[in-house]
Amino acid sequence: MDIVSLARFQFAMTTVYHFFFVPFSIGTAFAIAIMETIYVRTKNEVYKKMARYWGNIFLLSFAVGVVTGLIQEFQFGMNWSDYSRFMGDIFGAPLAFEALLAFFMESTFIGLWTFTWNKVKPGVHALFIWMTSIGSMISALWILTANSFMQNPVGYTIKDGRAEMTDFFALLKNPQLFFEYGHVIGAALMMGGVIVAGLTGFQLLRAKKQPVSDETKYIYKTSMRFGMWVSLIFAVLTIAVGHAQMQYLIKEQPMKFAATEAIYKNTKDPAGLALVGVADQKNHELKGSIEIPGMLSFMSYNKFSGSLTGMDEVNKDLTKKYGKYIAGEKMNYYPPVNTLFWSFRIMVGVGMWVALVSIVALFLTRKGKETLYEHKWMLWVVALTTFLPFIGNTVGWFVTEFGRYPWTVYGLFTIKQSVSPTVSVASLLTSNIVYFVLFTALAIVMIGLVIKELHKDPANIENPQLLEKFMDPFDKGAF
Amino acid sequence: MSAFQFLWFLLIGVLFAGFFFLDGFDYGVGMAAKTIASNEAEQDQIIHSIGPVWDANEVWLITAGGAMFASFPYWYATLFSGYYLILLAILCGLIIRGVSFEFRAKGNAKTKRVWTTLLAIASAWVPFFLGVMFISMIEGMPIDANGNMHATFFDYFNWFSVVGGVALTLLTYLHGLNYVALKTVGQVREVARNVAEALYYVLYVGLVVFALLLIFKTDFFSVHPLGTAITVVLIVVFAVLAHVAVFKGKEMLAFIASGLTMVSLVAMIFVGMFPRVMISSLSAKYSLLIQNASSTSYTLTVMTIATICLLPFVLAYTAWAYWLFRKRIEMPTVKPLEGY
Ligand code: HDD
Ligand code: HEM
Ligand code: HEM
Repeated sequence: MDIVSLARFQFAMTTVYHFFFVPFSIGTAFAIAIMETIYVRTKNEVYKKMARYWGNIFLLSFAVGVVTGLIQEFQFGMNWSDYSRFMGDIFGAPLAFEALLAFFMESTFIGLWTFTWNKVKPGVHALFIWMTSIGSMISALWILTANSFMQNPVGYTIKDGRAEMTDFFALLKNPQLFFEYGHVIGAALMMGGVIVAGLTGFQLLRAKKQPVSDETKYIYKTSMRFGMWVSLIFAVLTIAVGHAQMQYLIKEQPMKFAATEAIYKNTKDPAGLALVGVADQKNHELKGSIEIPGMLSFMSYNKFSGSLTGMDEVNKDLTKKYGKYIAGEKMNYYPPVNTLFWSFRIMVGVGMWVALVSIVALFLTRKGKETLYEHKWMLWVVALTTFLPFIGNTVGWFVTEFGRYPWTVYGLFTIKQSVSPTVSVASLLTSNIVYFVLFTALAIVMIGLVIKELHKDPANIENPQLLEKFMDPFDKGAF
Repeated sequence: MSAFQFLWFLLIGVLFAGFFFLDGFDYGVGMAAKTIASNEAEQDQIIHSIGPVWDANEVWLITAGGAMFASFPYWYATLFSGYYLILLAILCGLIIRGVSFEFRAKGNAKTKRVWTTLLAIASAWVPFFLGVMFISMIEGMPIDANGNMHATFFDYFNWFSVVGGVALTLLTYLHGLNYVALKTVGQVREVARNVAEALYYVLYVGLVVFALLLIFKTDFFSVHPLGTAITVVLIVVFAVLAHVAVFKGKEMLAFIASGLTMVSLVAMIFVGMFPRVMISSLSAKYSLLIQNASSTSYTLTVMTIATICLLPFVLAYTAWAYWLFRKRIEMPTVKPLEGY
């Protein structure tokens, strides 16, 4: 085992784990913010109870999100110190903005929100969760600014062996960022909706065995429709942005694109879309594929004609541009094709599935015709869908991050150049094992506690003893 | 060295000082939850006192790390890769502490006890390793011409760094006790005061040992005799001031003074290091300097503008949050506490 593989494994493990909780928190915070806003507007207690109920689950996810994020920030220096030296001038500014603009906001307002139920006016309390939600979305913006630079470097020069920022606004105007941000936020908000609806699916299944009060049932049903609306709206957004992103990739990162479609030779005109297949990486061909004729041309150019460049030709271009060797290392510009090909298909599949389930579920829960609640198998479909966005998000990042191979910063800095020169295999192995054990333990506790929260009755979520009179936070006698 | 470089060196110091002042008492309170509470209700009361604020306090550390990456990438790279296993230990502590609040509050009676214990252990663990890291850093580490550190076990752990680690843990503990005394009513308030009163004597012994080691193990007194002397005196003065305030029952003063003790410690480190950011024990010419470890002046300018525009808001809503939660925490009797 070499340090590069271990460091890469560690990056993949820790970010994928972090990114289970990130969209979970972003998505549920947003959903709760809307619930509380509805409560403030309509004074309908059901929405308040929903907000409290889902709020407890959001807090669990947030806690794990925070601690796994700490690893991310330390990791760049620990495992990728040469990368940090190379990228510091660029990466630094977004990271500093993120802390100042987002982390402080999130963490301060989540504290206020958690501890002031029934102590401040409902409107003020709703403001707190909005600030938390907005803070988490701002946080995503800055970190994705850094990531976008790595996919598509802009606004820099190379001097003294490092990338120096020359135009901060170019970083923000990076077209890669535009798509990446829209897509990631869309996927996160979609996930919030799916979690609310999907976990409610489990609740309704349980309610079939242990009957619940009418009010509880009503809260479940409201959560179901609410969650499905949110997931439908943002699934559509995510798919739309993802589609645009794909067309952008064709122009800017042809290798990544060709690999997600497993195209080795330039395609015919019009090009067909392979639904399944296995790339034979030795003979450079896609085996056992099933194609929809003309579809790839349509997806790429919005018309049923036009051919696409294959990896073999892109490889020739890249070799010409960057050379056979970089820093004494023989280069191979082919990314892991099967990983990209299948990751992409799973991601798109998840998006389509969520959109479909949302539409059907909304139709089957409309007023007067609530068939969804009668059939166990339908509830199971909804309930199990909860887990799909987690998979979708992960494989989506696989496309982005494995597709950047062999670069850490596209065209500028390779993975092998990035790793810390002083770190030993033993240290990396230790940290990998420690993180793995910690993550497993955290996951077990977290899942146990979420289940425990789900077993609470949302109708009784308010502790009646705590209902005091509202206080004005600006008043001297508050709290 | 440009003005911006100096400014950011200063700012990193300020961020670490802010971190120790604010998150410092969170660690102390975490330890106190196990050591001075006599039952579960008192543990709840103590932990509740930092419930709404600890996460925002921790962001001071994240910001310090981020700002270091941003303004001195070479410093960040050398420090973080060089202190690999120590940072891993710190991270584990931060992770366990970070989840313990939420997990403790939502678990059952048995797991709640486990998480309280973990919280207390992690709260002592983190400042100890931070102390070891900072103190061994000012002793000088084997850094080569490329800015890479090749240290062995005894570079990290020696008398000086371990005393530093223990001293920092003790300082955060005292700071936390002063906070508990300030923020609670009833039994724990009394106990916190009594324990603090006694522990300050231990701290004095520690400080004397520390000052002696500082003279023999670092070049601080020869490089910056005046600055080092002043900051060391400040550490002692604030410690004594805090102690006197504890005796007199002036809880706010005690709390501020114990915070300023740690701020002075950070100041001493930054004064002594100047104009270096990492001291090489191999050769003075391998030390990382402010001058050549920093980002470009363009990046520093962007960040300075951002900080000037944003920091006031951060400070304003932080202050507002503390003001909102200014009331002392009572021991929960009939009604359970909200939040954690
Ligand atoms: C799309 C969004 C996104 C992405 C790609 C990342 N994060 Fe993250 N991060 C968040 C969105 C987020 C968040 C939603 O804002 C979190 C989750 C829980 C929280 O408190 O904030 C968070 C938490 C979080 C924290 C703890 C903040 C706190 O204590 O409040 C740190 C230090 C980082 N992240 C750092 C990183 C780094 C260095 C990443 C790059 C690999 C990264 N995150 C990827
Ligand atoms: C947004 C900020 C992110 C940054 C700055 C970033 C940066 C990096 C870096 C420096 C590496 C190591 C070098 C390399 O292999 O290319 C890496 C690898 C990787 N990252 Fe990211 N990453 C980010 C987000 C994510 C997220 C959110 C995920 C997944 C959920 C992810 C998944 C991966 C994977 C799977 C690898 C390993 C790929 C490989 O070894 O080739 N990344 N990333
Ligand atoms: C039909 C639907 C979709 C299309 C066409 C699509 C397209 C894409 C493309 C082309 C990328 C790679 C971008 C790059 O490397 O620059 C990507 C990345 C990603 N996808 Fe999707 N996607 C779809 C659905 C989804 C769904 C449903 C999810 C989440 C559940 C998701 C989550 C992600 C994430 C997290 C990334 C990595 C971040 C990024 O680069 O934006 N996508 N997607």
